[in-house]
Amino acid sequence: MKKNKTSDGAGTAVTIKKPFRERLAYDLKHNWMLYLMILPVVLYYLVFKFGPMFGLSIAFMDYKPVRGFFRSTFVGQKHFKNFFTDYYFGRLLINTIRISLFDLLTFPAPILLALLLNELRSPKFAKITQNITYMPHFLSTVVICGIVVKLTASNGGITTILNSLSGVKNDSLLNHSGNFLPVYILSGLWQTLGWNSIIYLAALAGINQELYDAAKVDGANRFEQVLHVTLPGIAPTIIVMLILKMGKIFDVGYEKILLLYNPMTYDVADVINTFVYRKGLLEAQYSYSTAVGLFNSLVCFVLVMLTNKLTKKLSGMGLW
Amino acid sequence: MKSANARTATHKMRISTGEKVFNVFNVCIMLILMAIILIPIIHVVAASFSDSSLYASHEGLLFWPLNFSLSAYQAVLKNKNILTGYMNTIFIVVVGTSINLIMTLIAAYVLSRKKFMMQNVMMMLIVFSMYFNGGMIPSYLVVKGVGLNNSIWALIIPAAINTYNLIIMRTAMTAVPASLEESAMLDGANHWTILWRIMVPLVKPTIAVICLYYAVAHWNSWFSAMLYIRDRDHYPLQLILREILIQNDTTAMTAGAADDSYLLSETIQYATIVVATVPILCVYPFVQKYFVKGVMIGAVKE
Repeated sequence: MKKNKTSDGAGTAVTIKKPFRERLAYDLKHNWMLYLMILPVVLYYLVFKFGPMFGLSIAFMDYKPVRGFFRSTFVGQKHFKNFFTDYYFGRLLINTIRISLFDLLTFPAPILLALLLNELRSPKFAKITQNITYMPHFLSTVVICGIVVKLTASNGGITTILNSLSGVKNDSLLNHSGNFLPVYILSGLWQTLGWNSIIYLAALAGINQELYDAAKVDGANRFEQVLHVTLPGIAPTIIVMLILKMGKIFDVGYEKILLLYNPMTYDVADVINTFVYRKGLLEAQYSYSTAVGLFNSLVCFVLVMLTNKLTKKLSGMGLW
Repeated sequence: MKSANARTATHKMRISTGEKVFNVFNVCIMLILMAIILIPIIHVVAASFSDSSLYASHEGLLFWPLNFSLSAYQAVLKNKNILTGYMNTIFIVVVGTSINLIMTLIAAYVLSRKKFMMQNVMMMLIVFSMYFNGGMIPSYLVVKGVGLNNSIWALIIPAAINTYNLIIMRTAMTAVPASLEESAMLDGANHWTILWRIMVPLVKPTIAVICLYYAVAHWNSWFSAMLYIRDRDHYPLQLILREILIQNDTTAMTAGAADDSYLLSETIQYATIVVATVPILCVYPFVQKYFVKGVMIGAVKE
């Protein structure tokens, strides 16, 4: 890339950036094949990734499929106002935040697993454990939810265990609101614990061995080593993962909830995204549900920015 | 609980009792964790091999089949919906992953050429699209607008490139020394030839990684199919699975079938799970290390 170099007064040569159009013409002439090759890719991104972004504009219209984009009436913030005053708005907000917060609570679990795996004396045993714990990640959401539904049914394995522990005969667990959250969170943990620890294991492998040696020379035992060498060593990774996770707070994965919830648990399970799905795709209220989805994305964005600023202030490190 | 002498730090250390306890504790935790992971899977497999009437009256977890029987599997293999679901999914995985690979390779190659002027701008836009997108409804409307509604291609074309995989592939390609490209050009090769004859053989491990990422994603996907496909003949396997397992809606399936397939018993449901997941679990031990490698490459990029 041609950069601007200002003369330093000693009479050295000045390089002036050629105008954009000239450089583009030059590039096109020499690299025309590259441009040709990437054409389908560009088309793909324009249509399927950026196209929907323009589609967000229907959040401000009364979109009717028959009229199309350009002839639907503009209504400004009507849909947003409707959403905020919707009977279910409070419930949706609370459910979304509650599920995400509890999900956030499981954030340290993969880190802990990585630390423990790292402390195992036998690499072979660690390998076996890793292989087994990674496995659930490859099962499809449908299979996982299917297993969960079976095991929490009235004659399911988990229900039976709970019955014998509490002495009470339970109905299918997923028919009661109080059970939804634990089932959702724990099954999520079951599926992702092993896989999520990979990133932390990779970070752990990158810690300089000399730091450990220095700590040992200073008399640190294993626990103190973890506290003063390991944790600070993987702190950047932890922070990045935390920020990314915070950004997803409002983006609660609707696929799993869609598969696990039923009308009896709507009051705790219905989140913003499942609401968007029902209103938008089942009831074809396109504009309204797009407005809700847009609200969702904006909040996610703000949260990522805030978390990034916060972590930068507290620890000097952030995502960007 | 100090460890042994600092002077003997580089030699075998005397391990304190505290540490010994911790080691045992650690191993126990790992064993419990593995058990928790495996028990549901064992239950599913055991139930699938069980006799259906015996299972219906059984409560709790199974560790071994009740009266070993293959009747569940026979029913599964006779079920037309499951077979078409399988065929559809295999089609989607094979064709979809091929398209994924071709598109991703081309995109990664062009975007890793330093002389390509638009490289930075394009990368920025592409990464931007990874974090912000139109959302469920606008994407749905776009796919419909393009005319892919109710077509199996709606599961393949809109998913042609996964940006995360693209970044991984591009990182791998930038690691290839530029001198190879230059000497090839001197020999008269153009970019197309360089990509397929030189670059691809050099990034084979990375290709393996993202090929697996794409393939598994296709195999497991169900939501897009639920959105876009109306014909039951074109349902992928996971969608059929969802009907059987979660909605327990077997009415649509029994068309024409005789005898006791009316009540899709639990054991048949379990057998369906096994049949749908067996390919992944078989392939898993061999490819697992490639997946892990992929995560590491992505992590390093972060």
